[in-house]
Amino acid sequence: MNSSSAPQSPPAGQLLVKTSVAPHAAPAPSKTKISVRGLDFFYGDHQALYDNNLEIPAGTVTAIIGPSGCGKSTHIRVFNRIYQLYRDQRASGEVRLDGQNILAPGVDLIELRRRVGMIFQKPTPFPLSVYENLAYGIRLHYKVNRSELDGRVEQALRAAALWDEVKDKLHRSGTALSGGQQQRLCIARAIAVEPEVLLMDEPTSAIDPVATARIEELVNELKQQYTIVIVTHNMQQATRISEFTAFFFEGRIIEFGPTIQLFTNPKERKTEEYITGRFG
Amino acid sequence: MMRRRSHTRAQALAETTFHGTALTCAVLVLVSMTAIFVELVRNSRLSLAKFGWGFLTSAAWNPVTSDFGAASSIFGTLVSTAIALLIAVPLSLAIALFLVEMAHPRIARPVGSAIELLAAIPSIIYGMWGLFVLAPYMADHVQPLLQKFFGKLPLFAGPPMGIGMLSAGLVLALMVLPFITAVVRDIFALVPSVMKEAGYGMGATTWEVTRKVTLRHGMRGVLGGVFLGLGRAIGETMAVTFVIGNDHRIAASLFASGNTISSTLANEFTEASQPLYLSALVELGLILFVITFLIQIAAQLWLKHISHRLGTDK
Repeated sequence: MNSSSAPQSPPAGQLLVKTSVAPHAAPAPSKTKISVRGLDFFYGDHQALYDNNLEIPAGTVTAIIGPSGCGKSTHIRVFNRIYQLYRDQRASGEVRLDGQNILAPGVDLIELRRRVGMIFQKPTPFPLSVYENLAYGIRLHYKVNRSELDGRVEQALRAAALWDEVKDKLHRSGTALSGGQQQRLCIARAIAVEPEVLLMDEPTSAIDPVATARIEELVNELKQQYTIVIVTHNMQQATRISEFTAFFFEGRIIEFGPTIQLFTNPKERKTEEYITGRFG
Repeated sequence: MMRRRSHTRAQALAETTFHGTALTCAVLVLVSMTAIFVELVRNSRLSLAKFGWGFLTSAAWNPVTSDFGAASSIFGTLVSTAIALLIAVPLSLAIALFLVEMAHPRIARPVGSAIELLAAIPSIIYGMWGLFVLAPYMADHVQPLLQKFFGKLPLFAGPPMGIGMLSAGLVLALMVLPFITAVVRDIFALVPSVMKEAGYGMGATTWEVTRKVTLRHGMRGVLGGVFLGLGRAIGETMAVTFVIGNDHRIAASLFASGNTISSTLANEFTEASQPLYLSALVELGLILFVITFLIQIAAQLWLKHISHRLGTDK
């Protein structure tokens, strides 16, 4: 379901909360994992983010919501500096991961991307076997022998709730799995290198509702160990799985706070209008 | 309101005509292939009858005693093509990778065009360049250097004459380079950027992404490019004739002269006075035809095999 089909009539998010699984109680403030200060982002001459500030607490799920083209994906693409693959994209400001500014020159991108894994909208299994999809990442970062590698592959597949489904076809192509399985394979691949943060860019928008439910379940389990930032078009999903939510609009963070608060008692009029489906 | 057009008989006729024309063109290709094959067999029947299967393994080539064998030509064809591909394939991959993944567009465009221009140079120019520029340079600089370091290997034994198998392979490499590069570049550019992002997102370097993601993803296309190059190298005539030395022999040394099927045909067709001589030359052509055909089949089978294994069957 996307934002345009969000309920129209009841005031400020009440229906959203009732119809979905009860959102998590606002958690006690914890250590900040990612701290964004004055982040601007440009595609060539076009500015996509304006002076963003955000504190993402460790060990939580933070949802980023907002209408299409508001800079949600752009924002998380800064966290692993994947935008740097493109010549005309640049970011300025500060993004601190455990206090270290990752936008500073001299940051080891390979290590950064190990620590900050990314899951994309469309599943992106490599054209390799299930086993090799995981082994690829592990070998990039660790010196392991065959049995250690086997162990890690199994461990990551179990953590991604995929092991039972693929244990008999580890050496078949990863691209032959179903869409939902492919996405969990990508999650397994990301967690196999022991990251600290997982960025998910609308990870369920290309898969069916049952597979979506499994991934949401998985996200819920993974947040014990990882800090998760998830971009979503689906506000119900945000209320189901996140502790914190940031509402983006036209490149700016309009409101950020505990998910329950943002959906039940938004401070900003724009947020209220968006979550009640008046635009989006 | 717009009037709806009714389907007229003229339209039906046009449709039938179009279908027929397309079908005819497609069938024509098959017919001419078959015709060439039949004609080659028919014209080589003298030689086929006289030498039988022994033609393939005999290295003799003596027009005076009318004793002919194809072994040295086949050997030269395969070796010169192998040298060409050994050099051209890695170079093409590197160039394509540079153009797509690394180079600034301001550099990539002129370099790309320059490489495409290489394909437009007539092969005889390559041949003359090979004979007058490359061969002396090989004789004076490259071959002595190779002998200095690897002189004990039979591969680099013998006098550094410049012309020979190695030079032929080099010229061929240069000639097939633009074809392979053009195909591989397009293939690399077609790999979805999200696939590459996924690779980089894992903390991979450009090389690692290329090896496991880009190359795997484009395996079919890359192999297609390689076989395009192979096809050109194996049948290339003029340039090779200039630099290979045109000697009917099988030598272990890459410095030695040799010949290929097409260079033999180019050199000797006009001299073939007796029917058996001519027939032997036509049989060489038949062999080239069959080799190319077999390579195509092998390529198709291998592609099927690996795409099944990789699950990239689309």
